[in-house]
Amino acid sequence: MKRYSVFAIAREALRYHQGWERAWKSPEPKKSYDAIIVGAGGHGLASAYYLGKNYGITNVAVIEKGWLGGGNTGRNTTIIRSNYLQDPSAAIYEKARALYETLSQDLNYNVMFSPRGLLMLAQTHHEVRGYLRTVHANNLQGVSTEWIGPGRVKELVPIINIDGPRYPVLGALYQARGGTARHDAVAWGYARACSAMGMDIIQQCEVTGVTQSNGVVTGLDTTRGHIGCKKLGIVVAGHSGQLAEMAGFRLPIEAVALQALVSEPIKPCMDVVVMANTVHGYMSQSDKGEMVIGGGTDGFNNYTQRGSFHHIEETLRALVETFPMISRLKMLRQWGGIVDMTGDRSPIISKTPLGNCFINCGWGTGGFKAIPGSGWAMAELMAKGEPGPLAAEFSMWRFKEGQFIDESVAAGVAH
Amino acid sequence: MSTRLARGGRLIDRGAAQEFTFNGKRMKGFKGDTLAAALLANDQMLVGRSFKYHRPRGIVASGAEEPNALVNMGEGGRFEPNQRTTTTELFDGLTATSQNHWPSLEFDVGVVNNYAARFLPAGFYYKTFIHPRAAWKHLFEPIVRQSAGLGKVPKDRDADRYEQAYAFCDVLVAGGGVAGLQAALVAGRAGARVILLEQAPHWGGRAPVDGVEIDGKPAEAFVEAALAELSAMENVTLRTRCMAFGVYDHGYVLAEERVADHTPGDGRPKKRLWRIRAGRIVSATGAIERPLSFAGNDIPGVMLASAVRDYVVNWAVSPGDRTVVVTNNDDAYRTAIALKEAGLDVPAVIDARPNVTGDLPAKARALGIRIETGSAIVKVKGSKRVTGVAIGLQAGEGAAREEIACDAVAMSGGWSPVVHLWSHCGGKLVWDEAAAHFRPDAARPPITHDGSAMVIAAGAANGALPAGECLADADRAGAEAAQALGMKPKKAKAPEAAAPAEARMEPVWIMPQGAGPALRMKMWLDYQNDVKVSDVQLAAREGYTSVEHTKRYTTLGMATDQGKLSNINGLAVLADSLNAEIPQVGTTTFRPPYTPVTIGALAGESRGDIFQPLRRTPMHAWHEAQGAYFEPVGLWRRPYCYPRAGETHEQAVHREVTNTRERLGLLDASTLGKIIVKGPDAGRFLDMLYTNVMSSLPVGKCRYGLMCNEQGFLSDDGVVARIDEDTWLCHTTSGGADRIHAWMEDWLQCEWWDWKVYTANVTEQYAQVAVVGPNARKLLEKLGGMDVSREALPFMQWADGELGGFRCRVYRISFSGELSYEIAVPASEGMAFWKALNDAGAEFGAMPYGTECLHVMRAEKGFIMIGDETDGTVTPLDLCLDWAVSKKKADFLGKRGMQRTYLANPERWKLVGLETLDGSVIPDGAYAVAPGVNGNGQRNTEGRVTSTYYSPTLKRGIAMGLVRRGPERMGETVEFPKVGGGSVKARIVSPVFYDKDGEKQNV
Repeated sequence: MKRYSVFAIAREALRYHQGWERAWKSPEPKKSYDAIIVGAGGHGLASAYYLGKNYGITNVAVIEKGWLGGGNTGRNTTIIRSNYLQDPSAAIYEKARALYETLSQDLNYNVMFSPRGLLMLAQTHHEVRGYLRTVHANNLQGVSTEWIGPGRVKELVPIINIDGPRYPVLGALYQARGGTARHDAVAWGYARACSAMGMDIIQQCEVTGVTQSNGVVTGLDTTRGHIGCKKLGIVVAGHSGQLAEMAGFRLPIEAVALQALVSEPIKPCMDVVVMANTVHGYMSQSDKGEMVIGGGTDGFNNYTQRGSFHHIEETLRALVETFPMISRLKMLRQWGGIVDMTGDRSPIISKTPLGNCFINCGWGTGGFKAIPGSGWAMAELMAKGEPGPLAAEFSMWRFKEGQFIDESVAAGVAH
Repeated sequence: MSTRLARGGRLIDRGAAQEFTFNGKRMKGFKGDTLAAALLANDQMLVGRSFKYHRPRGIVASGAEEPNALVNMGEGGRFEPNQRTTTTELFDGLTATSQNHWPSLEFDVGVVNNYAARFLPAGFYYKTFIHPRAAWKHLFEPIVRQSAGLGKVPKDRDADRYEQAYAFCDVLVAGGGVAGLQAALVAGRAGARVILLEQAPHWGGRAPVDGVEIDGKPAEAFVEAALAELSAMENVTLRTRCMAFGVYDHGYVLAEERVADHTPGDGRPKKRLWRIRAGRIVSATGAIERPLSFAGNDIPGVMLASAVRDYVVNWAVSPGDRTVVVTNNDDAYRTAIALKEAGLDVPAVIDARPNVTGDLPAKARALGIRIETGSAIVKVKGSKRVTGVAIGLQAGEGAAREEIACDAVAMSGGWSPVVHLWSHCGGKLVWDEAAAHFRPDAARPPITHDGSAMVIAAGAANGALPAGECLADADRAGAEAAQALGMKPKKAKAPEAAAPAEARMEPVWIMPQGAGPALRMKMWLDYQNDVKVSDVQLAAREGYTSVEHTKRYTTLGMATDQGKLSNINGLAVLADSLNAEIPQVGTTTFRPPYTPVTIGALAGESRGDIFQPLRRTPMHAWHEAQGAYFEPVGLWRRPYCYPRAGETHEQAVHREVTNTRERLGLLDASTLGKIIVKGPDAGRFLDMLYTNVMSSLPVGKCRYGLMCNEQGFLSDDGVVARIDEDTWLCHTTSGGADRIHAWMEDWLQCEWWDWKVYTANVTEQYAQVAVVGPNARKLLEKLGGMDVSREALPFMQWADGELGGFRCRVYRISFSGELSYEIAVPASEGMAFWKALNDAGAEFGAMPYGTECLHVMRAEKGFIMIGDETDGTVTPLDLCLDWAVSKKKADFLGKRGMQRTYLANPERWKLVGLETLDGSVIPDGAYAVAPGVNGNGQRNTEGRVTSTYYSPTLKRGIAMGLVRRGPERMGETVEFPKVGGGSVKARIVSPVFYDKDGEKQNV
């Protein structure tokens, strides 16, 4: 892998950039691998990357039905935070956030992690108490957050309407090292690094069956033939249910559409990420200048990447009320992603009824921010066959036992 | 230079001059101008700067596809960034400024990016700015952000309002060109309710500009006749300035109407969002011309050939004195001819095709226009304005054989149907080899609920570009739409359009064919985002080969024009780089909106006080008059406290608590949820819903009940009263009423649909007042009426009667631990009743109290509060409410959930009281710590505080909390660290701090 740097660009510029090599190779699948990960989204690629980096397992294929990073990795609002309430969530999201801090250097690919600060507004007394609780919890979890008053909120977000007639801002939960990153770059950077370690990223390859013998996975039937494996990791978000069905087990997962949109770009006006859960909307400004806005999930299950428009309207009402200046901006693009929701809105990183098959799914509306931590934990699980402390609580059997990790406790929505 | 022609201009009214300013310069235009036309008429070709390289940008197009000519418009509360000048109607007094430059449009420092362009190819930022780590946030990102962005930030609050409206129709026709008009005519004549939308302020689309003849008459005559006929039909609605921007499932169409964009401040809403439900949608949205990729094709003065024609014919504006036309098809000759006929110079038509044979080239030749076949523009000369073109062989590598001086270039790379509305809901496309464009695949339309086609493409939008085919196709589409809805279109001959025969176009994706890397770095695909042919090729080289990868890596098509001009050209370059066919590479997904939609219009009237529906209790006005401090509770606003002059909120709450405990307090409890559950199976139903038994409750009595979700977690609580044999009244929390009602209906409609139970949410039908305190009974006795004595109405009973002349229902229930009556009266009498209580109560020390006083009193008494003691993870058993969880019932919602191992674990955190050793108040949300850390290095915890207050009654801090094995650990001390250092120690005690034996409430 040729390293990226300003010198490399200068060198290439002199020959019209004709000498750049592929960021990742496009190989034909081998007969078999030590490990296969299904799903070349952020989580799948990160899982493969840490399998190689932390455990030296590089005879790995990452198999993707479409194009890598084409699912929720490339469809979210790029928010990164770890101000979660419950211990297991705070641990894995903080691990992810900490890995994001140095990810550009680790991958030699600028993922533009921008710890610009993140605010969750409190607009009812009830919400104030909830966020005070989160601050206390984070304090004990080693997650750096603080409670700030409305004056400080206004300083950080000059365009905010602090004293709206309906839901005046009473303060905010503030995570100074929360922020955003460039979502596509995360997938591309991991893919490039995996490829450089000798792993095969096989796009346009759909899994059609899971072959097994004596309760152990032997390989996959795919649209590009049978591929054998010693270990299998399923990391396919919205389509986890289908893959699990092929493998012969069921998952407590529902698929629903979640929508987002961006405005036309304008000059910088908001440096931080603001989430307003009472009115239900969140917004940040991308480096391009677009206001990036997140909406709600549909109340019904589906696989179309569209969603119902009234959610967009609800979100925009909330944000126009919170940031009145956006009313004269225009909505440029609107899209939807299929999120895989569990009963407690927390993920599954788990062993399965099949001995050498592992699953990582259920990130719901909050997957992007978790990518490095999720990959880290999944790699440990796959390499050792047993979960480490990061993944231990996220077993799929917790639903049977009632051991929920319920983050909706802290906020009406978990992003 | 660009200038206004002395004659012509079918859309302008030369009698109505309009003044406007651009960058402070006063300019003149006419009514009917677009801002772009008026700018060109004033020789203002340079209108902005590009996104990345800050290159000079001029007007390229004449419609919604314009990528460059975006301006800041208006001032103050009417300031609007990124206004597309090509679709902005000129009005007197309009002010516009150009965007994305500093210090000025003519001299922009940001253009340094242009000089460094070679070092800033697609995706350069992924490869650099990596070290040092902190530099991205503190140095590079701020520079990138400042350089990016387009328009300025609106500062003032929006001075305009926006409206939303609903409409229904059988056939919605999107697009008011001749195709849309014909489709609407056919559907309308068949009796269908038709809505015809046109985004521009005028009808007819391109046909009149192109000189099409319909049934032997100019297209304008057809348009006029069609409009006359349509206007006369009662079943047809016509709407201009209204763009259908998105198609959604089940024939749902959203459209944005520009109501007062061109008449700001006239009192009408600025825009109106239409939500239309249509039986069928006819997409007659026309086609968009494609640019050609030659070096320097982004220099101001290079325009679409159709746009040049539009400016000349519609607005009598000549973009240049000498315009070179460059094309790969016959249509562009119309522009050459129009220019020539307007008396302008056309030095040459550069046609990439070796053989040029059609009628239009013949006519051009006859007019004396020089035609260079098999030729290409090798390079455009100029920087802020075209000064000439170098031409060479299309089949060559870029050697120039001649330079032609000119000040404008009209280019045409062929046409692409506007397939957005077809595609929004999944309509598929087919590649038309001959026309080199994607058009709707009629075999794979977007489908509606019954599997039939929801959208029908018509005319140019369906790939039927020549006028004759276009009208015939629209005729078919109109008939098809009506037929699909069971109507019979009248048999009538479709109008016939005559147009010159056109020879086949030849796709040209790069000009010239063999251009080397130096030239390809100057060929723009996406003008706004500065994406060039070389960038797409770089993406392909680096493996970003999926069209979505290419788009995201290069930002092709992600600008505010949404790639209307760049997508197909980019796709073709990508396909070429991959040695693949265009259809194999495929398109990116078409998503709404078709063009950007104002966010204010999407938010509508929901702003300020009515941002969400405001629910008021019948006594709301009284609270406001008293200066109550409100807090939002769901959609309600409830008095938090009633501060008196000089009082802080805290002091007010303490006064209210003390007064209620010692004398008499009045609470507006009208927001409390009240749901009637009635029917032969109502008791059985409630037994499933509540954890305890409700069917056995005797008529006339009240019982406190708990509701859980299926998981066994507590979700709501309240007092249930049995009204008669088959009627129960369920009180819920204020915030929970709607949710619980929906929850009941969910079970009744989805699971127990055969049970005979009816529910009604009557929360707003009653005003309810809690009369609380030692003097409560005295007050009611003074009002007079029904017997409220301990004997006649004991604790946990209710009775109907009359008090002070008010019909009322009185519940003996208490959430404060005091003698308490909750009295419901009809909502219409609520205010009078409330006043009567306050007046009569004065002598007993009556004072209103708010929600915070309510909270403090219930905490003193150890009553749980949903949302404080519960958070969705807490079971009734955690709260030591075992007595309210039936052990006898075979089933109820949550029973099975509660039995799961984790929920039955004795180690769970359980409810206790917490008494601080030093009398202080434990901070809200604090956790009790246990020794050591867990596997992830997090501090171990063993409990948390759920409610914590200063008790004015006990004069010390009190709290409730959940503590591991709490009730078994009475008297032990636990420690709550404070944020920022220090900790509070508290002793585990009973949660009931006040009147443990209930002597005060049962009197």
